[in-house]
Amino acid sequence: MTTISTVDHTDEQGLEEQFQELLEHYRGERGALVPLLQGAQAIFGYLPEDVMKRVAHGAGEPLSKALGVATFYAQFRLRPHAKHTIRCCHGTACHVSGAARISEELVKYLGIEAGENTPDMLYTIEEVHCVGACGMAPVVMINDRAHGKLTPEKAVEVVRAFRAEVEGEGDGVPEAADEAGTE
Amino acid sequence: MMGTERTIIKPTPQNPWLTIPEVDIRICLGTGGVAAGSREVLKAFEEELARTDMIAVIRPREDECSGQCASVTGTGCQGLCAMDPLVEIHLRRNGSHSQVTYGQVTPAMVPEIIEKHILGGEPIEKWLVLNGDEATEYNPFYDAQEKLTLRHVGIIDPEDIDDYLEAGGYQALYKVLTEMTPAQVIDEIKRSGLRGRGGAGFPTGQKWEFAAGYPTPDGVKYFICNGDEGDPGAFMDCSALEGEPHAVFEGMAIGAYAIGASVGYMYVRAEYPLALRRIKIGLKAAEERGLIGDNIMGSDFSFHIRLKEGAGAFVCGEETALMQSIEGERGMPRLRPPFPAESGLWTRPTNINNVETLAVVPWIITNGAEAFASRGYEKSKGTKVFALAGKVNRTGLAEVPMGMTLREVIFGIGGGVKNGKKFKAVQMGGPSGGCLPESLLDLPVDYETINQTGAIVGSGGMIVIDEDNCIVDTARYFLSFTQQESCGKCPPCRIGTKRMLDLLTKICEGKGTLGDLDFLEEMAQQVKVGSLCALGGTAPNPVFTALRYFRDEFEEHVVDKKCRAGICTALVTYSIDPDNCTGCRACVRVCPTGAITGERKQAHVLNQELCIKCGACYEKCRFDAVRRS
Repeated sequence: MTTISTVDHTDEQGLEEQFQELLEHYRGERGALVPLLQGAQAIFGYLPEDVMKRVAHGAGEPLSKALGVATFYAQFRLRPHAKHTIRCCHGTACHVSGAARISEELVKYLGIEAGENTPDMLYTIEEVHCVGACGMAPVVMINDRAHGKLTPEKAVEVVRAFRAEVEGEGDGVPEAADEAGTE
Repeated sequence: MMGTERTIIKPTPQNPWLTIPEVDIRICLGTGGVAAGSREVLKAFEEELARTDMIAVIRPREDECSGQCASVTGTGCQGLCAMDPLVEIHLRRNGSHSQVTYGQVTPAMVPEIIEKHILGGEPIEKWLVLNGDEATEYNPFYDAQEKLTLRHVGIIDPEDIDDYLEAGGYQALYKVLTEMTPAQVIDEIKRSGLRGRGGAGFPTGQKWEFAAGYPTPDGVKYFICNGDEGDPGAFMDCSALEGEPHAVFEGMAIGAYAIGASVGYMYVRAEYPLALRRIKIGLKAAEERGLIGDNIMGSDFSFHIRLKEGAGAFVCGEETALMQSIEGERGMPRLRPPFPAESGLWTRPTNINNVETLAVVPWIITNGAEAFASRGYEKSKGTKVFALAGKVNRTGLAEVPMGMTLREVIFGIGGGVKNGKKFKAVQMGGPSGGCLPESLLDLPVDYETINQTGAIVGSGGMIVIDEDNCIVDTARYFLSFTQQESCGKCPPCRIGTKRMLDLLTKICEGKGTLGDLDFLEEMAQQVKVGSLCALGGTAPNPVFTALRYFRDEFEEHVVDKKCRAGICTALVTYSIDPDNCTGCRACVRVCPTGAITGERKQAHVLNQELCIKCGACYEKCRFDAVRRS
């Protein structure tokens, strides 16, 4: 089992308030465990131990069950997560079009393995199954924005351009990156 | 529900188009379009149009639009992803109407399109994908298609409920509420011959009949839309939800009326952020207009839809696992019976249909069961959306009548294999399906015929693979997928898929034996019969079909220790042909391990001990000097 990290957001009043609202919103609702975990992760970026305990409590379930659910689904993270997520699609169309080479190049470029964060906590690379843009394979998603018809070189170029935009502008998320995002 | 005194209000758009715009520009904002940069293109059109003084308003919804005006609409997937971003332009002038589609549009092309075409009236032919009635090389992609399910996708603005209403949206639900009993609705769907588009192909009308027939202790039944499109190569549900979410809501409401459900759930993958966003926008609008919620259209019928985001588990596409997930549990399947129709979500009678199935329901109600059943082939009626991807020229979404041959779809609509390469196989049905060889391409695509080959129609993904792809690696890819996605509940799937993956990996690494092939087949059989649910039960299909149609390639891997496609790196050797090498040093620069040495303008040498077989030099060389064997 993954080691659970301890929370380091205690001083963030705003996050705490959002979390309270979330717990309140789902109070007494059946089947709330998954949306509670999703909501908590959206607020904190991952699921620290004390958050897990409070989610379990809020859903009226033992911590063991909340952990069971959180570790079952690919979406949930028990460790801090870098700010920007680079997802290499490894769906079938991407696989047969050379996704493995793209992953390799990006891993090399960022100097981390898939699933790891860069030391500055700005980027992480994930290998995912299908983002639904098979017609544009091979695809890499940076946050919620897909980039298609890539080669290993182009993929590095796209990430390089994104970095330049992010790091050049005081670490703000570029506008385009959030357009397709959920509210 | 019928025969009450309530007046049922016919849905109409609140904010109709007051004038048909003279210039009507529609830009694909599906996931594929956005990936190709269509948002930037849309922005460029808006900015450039604002610069021209002839354009009155961008969206001619208000009365102020007099004289010439242009509208710019973002649509869902327009189908031909290979040419994204696609821009469709209608010009209506002096009583005539012209329609063209531009492909691979960049913001830099926009000023010229506006100048020459929109203002000057002369389309720029070199950029056209479709040119009115004139033939282009892309016509075959469109001509064979018949869009029932995707009737509005790629045409209307999915974020504007009035667009759907203007196109006749929610009229099928109105018809059902005013003219039909639940039993008549079920009968209509049964007679249409519609079968579940998620993969299993179970008759939809029959499913509804079961769910309608089971009693419920407290009057509660559930109607679920399965949008957990997990096949890593299918994107029709994604596009249907992104392109016209209201069609799916309407289909759900019709089904809920038929079975007597008052609460619906849409379970949609979290990996589809754009679809989720448009569903949220659509649901809010439909609720505000009284089209979903309490007393729909003023009738006695109430139906609420809740959106549930999947949390990333392929197994949740299985209906019992999906319901577990909605209940907040780990998504693990359970034994059936009882089927969900009897005891489903929170033990109440529940019906589950796939997105594509539900999206076509309003069309059937409006046009009649016979119209649907008149299309298709034998026991597979109507049309089906196929997702063409991989090594095919015209990748995209194509909706065609069932019964078209594989060859017609891949070579006709898809335009054959990319870069003149040789066709090797088409993968159908994803991790539950298989690879079919050239010799089977003249088979019609219908549920029964494809099942006999060992593959399945599945959700409609068709991935073309060519001579550069390795069949063993493809089988290994799918097993690695199912092994990762196995929920772990039953041992045959949990352990069996792992053992099969180990064997395939061993073969790819050149350590396999002929005996391993037999063992692999035996293991596949055990997993197939022993698994609890369809994930495990069908997980061996990619292996069965690969061994059945491409056994020679497996034997090459284990006997000759060769991978003819050059994919299995352990079986590949790279070398430099001194006769072809010009000494340009391109390969030296890309080699990550410094394995290639040599002076400029002199033949280079590759050190086998340092080579990690990444293939970078092979991809880079323009003189055919790097050899792979």
